[in-house]
Amino acid sequence: MIRPHRSHPLWYAFMLHRLSGLALALFLPFHFYVLSLALTNAARFGSFIEWVHHPLVVVAETGLVFLLAVHFFGGLRLIALEFLPWTSRQKTLAAFALAASFFIACAFFLSAI
Amino acid sequence: MHIREAWKDEPLVSNSGTMKVSVWRGQGDVGQFEEFDVPVLDNQTILDVVSWIQQESDPTLTYRFACRVGMCGSCAMMVNGKPRWTCRTHVKKVRKDGAIEIAPLRNLPVIKDLAADMTEFFDKWVKAEGVFHPSKTREDPIEPINHESNARQQASAAIECINCAVCYAACDSVSSNSDYLGPAALNRAWTLVNDERDSAAEQRLKAVSGDGGCHSCHSHQSCMNYCPNELNPTASIAGLKRESVKNLSWWGW
Repeated sequence: MIRPHRSHPLWYAFMLHRLSGLALALFLPFHFYVLSLALTNAARFGSFIEWVHHPLVVVAETGLVFLLAVHFFGGLRLIALEFLPWTSRQKTLAAFALAASFFIACAFFLSAI
Repeated sequence: MHIREAWKDEPLVSNSGTMKVSVWRGQGDVGQFEEFDVPVLDNQTILDVVSWIQQESDPTLTYRFACRVGMCGSCAMMVNGKPRWTCRTHVKKVRKDGAIEIAPLRNLPVIKDLAADMTEFFDKWVKAEGVFHPSKTREDPIEPINHESNARQQASAAIECINCAVCYAACDSVSSNSDYLGPAALNRAWTLVNDERDSAAEQRLKAVSGDGGCHSCHSHQSCMNYCPNELNPTASIAGLKRESVKNLSWWGW
């Protein structure tokens, strides 16, 4: 449960950044394993790439693209927060990161289907 | 009619009835919420509610306050799960489904009931080199300060802290890292880093750059969200991070 003192947009932005980072960290070993198949077992790699076109996998990949984008833009937001002169538009920046990630994920989905 | 008697005719209690108020009772880690029925007044702060309970219902209730006008920083408590200065928090604004839950400040040990032990909060203030180190003596002429300078403006923006520990209670970095100096202490350090009369800039930046210093901040920005004086400790800590990174050699690099 999200405790009352945490219910403000910038805390949610923090949590989204943390969870997307964790999810990407869990995904990366799998990603590298699949890529390594191209070198070690080309036949298996080929059959896996076929499976990638399955609609459910496309939806999952869209989720991954969203996580990657939201972690990327969220990271830029934090770097700006820490290294550039302070701006009072922190919520706007967080909202922009979310909107841009949603846009990129949708663009990926439309190009993949 | 005599003025005093006219005043006495004013009803102390409006017709709005009573409200349920849950108050944390206990010592140290052990305790539970106790419910009180408190009369609803037209104009009433959370501190009024706590005082009413102590004066009219249970004189053993322990809490802390002093000025009642938002200057001293003594009366902060958790109200419906959020840290607030209770003397300036109106009941009407925070009542949830007609009820109120009042608890001692988060992230600090409890002495008794609503009184949190502020020792570590103030110790960290000193640890962050929150003490002013003068660069001149009383024999020197008074140094003219340019209030338009960028450094002075940054210091002034952060200087109105009353040390109520609302930010400290709001901060999840404090809850997950007991060594973390916290928003108030680091905010104070930032005002002194920007104070041209101070002589301990290097010592202070070292103090806030180590374990539990400014780099332990995760930028949740809860301190900024809840500061009753509308200060922005996150911005101050970001300033410290920049100054700290500019001086990597202090980390032994």
